[in-house]
Formats: sequence, C-alpha cells, structure tokens
Amino acid sequence: MPERGLLELRGLEKRFGGVTAVTNLNMSVREGDIHALIGPNGSGKTTTLNVISGIYRADGGSIAFQGTELSGMRPHAITASGVARTFQNIRLFAQLSALENVMIGRHPRTKTGFFGALVPGGATAREERDTRERAHELLAFVGLPDIAHAQARSLPYGDQRRVEIARALATEPRLLLLDEPAAGMNARETTDLIGLLRRIRDRGITLLLIEHDMNLVMTVSDRITVLNFGTHIAEGVPADVSRNPDVIAAYLGGAADVA
Amino acid sequence: MKSRSFLLALLIIALASLVPVVFRGNDYVLNLFVVAGVYAIVVMGLGILLGFAGQLSLAQAAFFGIGAYTSAFLTTRVSWNFWEALPVAVLASALVALAVGYPSLRQLSGHYLALATIGFGIIAQLVLINWKAFSNGSDGITGIPAPAIGSYTFDSYGAYFYIVLAFVVLTAYITARLKATRVGRAMHAIRENEMAANAMGIDATKYKILAFVLAGAYAGLAGSLLAHSIKFISPDSYSFDQSVVFLVMLILGGSSSIGGAILGAVILTFLPEVLRPLKNSYIMVYGAAVIAMIIFMPQGLAGLFGVLKRRFARA
Repeated sequence: MPERGLLELRGLEKRFGGVTAVTNLNMSVREGDIHALIGPNGSGKTTTLNVISGIYRADGGSIAFQGTELSGMRPHAITASGVARTFQNIRLFAQLSALENVMIGRHPRTKTGFFGALVPGGATAREERDTRERAHELLAFVGLPDIAHAQARSLPYGDQRRVEIARALATEPRLLLLDEPAAGMNARETTDLIGLLRRIRDRGITLLLIEHDMNLVMTVSDRITVLNFGTHIAEGVPADVSRNPDVIAAYLGGAADVA
Repeated sequence: MKSRSFLLALLIIALASLVPVVFRGNDYVLNLFVVAGVYAIVVMGLGILLGFAGQLSLAQAAFFGIGAYTSAFLTTRVSWNFWEALPVAVLASALVALAVGYPSLRQLSGHYLALATIGFGIIAQLVLINWKAFSNGSDGITGIPAPAIGSYTFDSYGAYFYIVLAFVVLTAYITARLKATRVGRAMHAIRENEMAANAMGIDATKYKILAFVLAGAYAGLAGSLLAHSIKFISPDSYSFDQSVVFLVMLILGGSSSIGGAILGAVILTFLPEVLRPLKNSYIMVYGAAVIAMIIFMPQGLAGLFGVLKRRFARA
C-alpha cells in the first residue's frame, strides 16, 4: 500500500481483559472507494469499527484519518471531524420521527446554542429551516420521501436502516462506516441498497462497510479487507480476495461459491 | 398546528390572569395558585432534565432551597431588594448544580445518578439546618420582604400571583424554545440512545450537564419566588419528600410535555387541599390517587390528551 489512504490503520490493538479482539491490524481505505471489511464471526470487524468511531479506545496502534490521529478522541469529536457510522443493531431515536432523527444528524454542522434558541427568527430560524430542508432531502435521497413524520420505531426494518443511513449522512461525513447495512433485508431491499451505496459514493463519500452478504460485497466493493482472529489476512480487489487460499481456508470454502 | 398551540397558550394565560379577579379576597385559594405556579417552574425544569435528556434528579428540593435561602439572606441581611436578589438566587442554584452535575454526570447514569442526587439533597438540607450564620438554622429566616416596583408593593397574594405568572410564562417560553430547536433535539437524542447521540456528534456529557444546570436554575428561581411570597422559610420545606413530590408532579403531567408539567404541579398542589376534610387518612387517598393516575396514564396527562385527540380525529 504505497499511497496514503483517507483512513490508515497501523498496528491497531484492542483487548477486552485477556481476550484479544484486534491485533496488529493494518488497513488502508482509499478516498472514493467502497471498501468492505469481511471475515468470519468473531474476527474483530465490529470491534474495529467501534475503535475507529471512538466507542472503544484502542490499546495500541494508530488510526489516521486525513492525517489526523483519531485514537483518544471522543466519539462526538470523531463524528465532527468527518467520520459517521450506523449500527449493526439499529440505534435510531425510537420515539422520535424519522425527520427528527435525521435533523439530529445535523448537530455537528449547526450552531444554535441555549441563548440562540431563545431568540425566535433571525439566524436561529434560518438554521432551523435549513436543518429541516436538508433532512427532507436526505430522506428522499435514501428513498424514503414520504415517511418523514412516522415514528422511527413504527417503520419496517429495512426503512429503519435507511433512516439510519440518512441520519449518518446528515453529519456530512467524508467517511461513512456501515455495520451490516443489509442485515435483515430481503433480496429486493438489498438490490436497492447496492444502488444507494453507489449513489453515496458518487457524492464523494468514502464507504467502509462490514457485511455478511457476499453477493453484495462482491458486487459493490472496490476493495476488500479480510479479517480473521483480529488481524487482516488479505486485502485487495474482490476477484483477488475471493481466490486467496487463506481467505478460502478462513471461510472453510464459503468464499469458493462466490469465486 | 404551531399557531394553534400558540393560541392555546394565550388562552391559558388569559384565563390564569383572571384568577386574582375571580378569587378576590380569598387569600387561601390565591396562595395555592401562587404555590402551584412556583411548583410548575420547578417541574418544568425537572422536565428538561428527565423528559428531554432522560436523567433523573431527586434533589430538586435542594436547589429550590438554595434559591430561597440565597434570596432570603440577601434581602434580610444585606438589604438588597427582590429584583437584585432573584437573579443571584438563580445563579447560585445554577452554580451549585454545575458543581454537583459536572462530576456526577461524567461518571454516573440511571439509578446511580438518582442515588447521588438523593445524597446531595440530604446533605444540602443538613447544611441549611446547621450553617446558622447563613440560614439561621432550624428557626429559619423571617421577615423576607415582598417585591416592590417604585412605591407599589406586591404584598397581596393576588398581586404576587401576577409576578409568579410572568415567570411561569417566561420559563415555559424558554422551555418551549429549547424543545423546538437544536439543543432540545440533542437532549432528546441522549434520552433515546446515548451511544447514537454521541455518534451524531453530540457531546452527551455537555448536554446532560446543561440540562442539570437548567433544572437547578429553574428550581432556584422558584425557591426565591416562594420565599418572597410566604416571607418565612425554614429547612424542613426542602426535604427529600419534596423532591419526590416534584417528580410525581412531572410524571403525572407527562415528562416531556410543558403543559403537562404545569398541569401536574397545579393538580398535586390542590389535591391535598381538596382531601383535607379526610384529616389523617388523606395521605392514603392521595397516594392511591397518584398511583391510579400513573397506572392508567403511563404517559401522564399529556399522553392521555394525545390519545383522546387521535381518537376524536379518527371519529
């Protein structure tokens, strides 16, 4: 990996008590790519995402994002610096509307504080109107123009995943981390999701996604990193990765179906 | 929709401003309205903390007391007037809330936070009992002056009610503005899912502390207002029991509803008085009534009104 990526992980370590979840992980995510992170269950994929987004603190190694060191930063500051994420087990603000969920995503790009809130009109009203408009646009962008006022928890599962993506996009990330975006989706929803992922990339946003749906991964990814036992065992374009003997061994032949 | 709730608020303010006219000469009822208004301010503040940000405090009576004592001290010993003492009382409560909230909210949440606030509330009451130089101990402070503007003194309950009403309107306005904008949304996000809130770039700790400080400031404001109405304060009014009453008022009204907070405060201020003829058994009936209301209206009165509104809309 000679060129510097948008996100560079070097020697990343994460332990939970005596259990090593991630060890000596090196990974490079190039700007503009859809980059997949795959591997068997328990190989450290979600831990890696949680360390990048600041939910867990790394025990060693570095996480460079656009040259800035992310490790040690708190999650909200990491988001403000341009890294957004979704969650494997959807974490919407369940009692709020879909629109409010996405409006909350505008938080790091807006300013109104306590005193600003008290003054109606002026800058506060402009920002409020802008926040609302952007949230509507993003809901339309993810294919949900008509559910703005539905309560988040009342939405079908696939729609909830889309709202979560819209909410993450509202923070204006340069890098979007998606933890199993296709989980629980039917074939049609997954096909739509592939289109959505490409449209997100076309907006100039780099994607790093964890996914078990190999069809989706092989279709959409520019590059793939394969993890096993908390460290990378392969990195490359889908065609190479799916032929890699280490990868095939890790999946016990599972990847051979795809190749 | 927006303009309808605005009109409703205007109607309620208009009706409330008739209270001193309707109950002219009935000091007993007018005093209850003053107390209800004062409690409504405390409960709205607690609503910001619990209803918006999802954090529980059982120390609101302590902040209520800090406001009352600061105001009483400044007007009886330092001979400031009410208008000078009131903002300092608010500031003092807010600063104590910051000092308590900053370490506890960084470390604690849920039941542990609630326990820490209980501890603080009890300590605060003990300080009021024992710090005689400031609080005059168990004897309390007497002769707290009524507010005046020029030569006019707000001495009657009827006149004082308008001061309280003005502050209820002001705090309700502030709360409504918060709820409708970015800060309120950030707090709601924390209540719903703190990890996701952080992932949306919200500094959850900061907004939890802000909510705690606002709740303290509202309680301090209310404490000062009540002290200058009843003109006498003593530490026993600022007990853990009183904190629980504030919480019950909020839950009864509906924890994230401003109208609900006010209604909860009014109902639970008048309910014990209505039940007074029952003498010793009143607390039993009061308790049973509160439990029944909470069981049958888990979302509080605000939730009940919401259900009724939807039912009528469908019919």
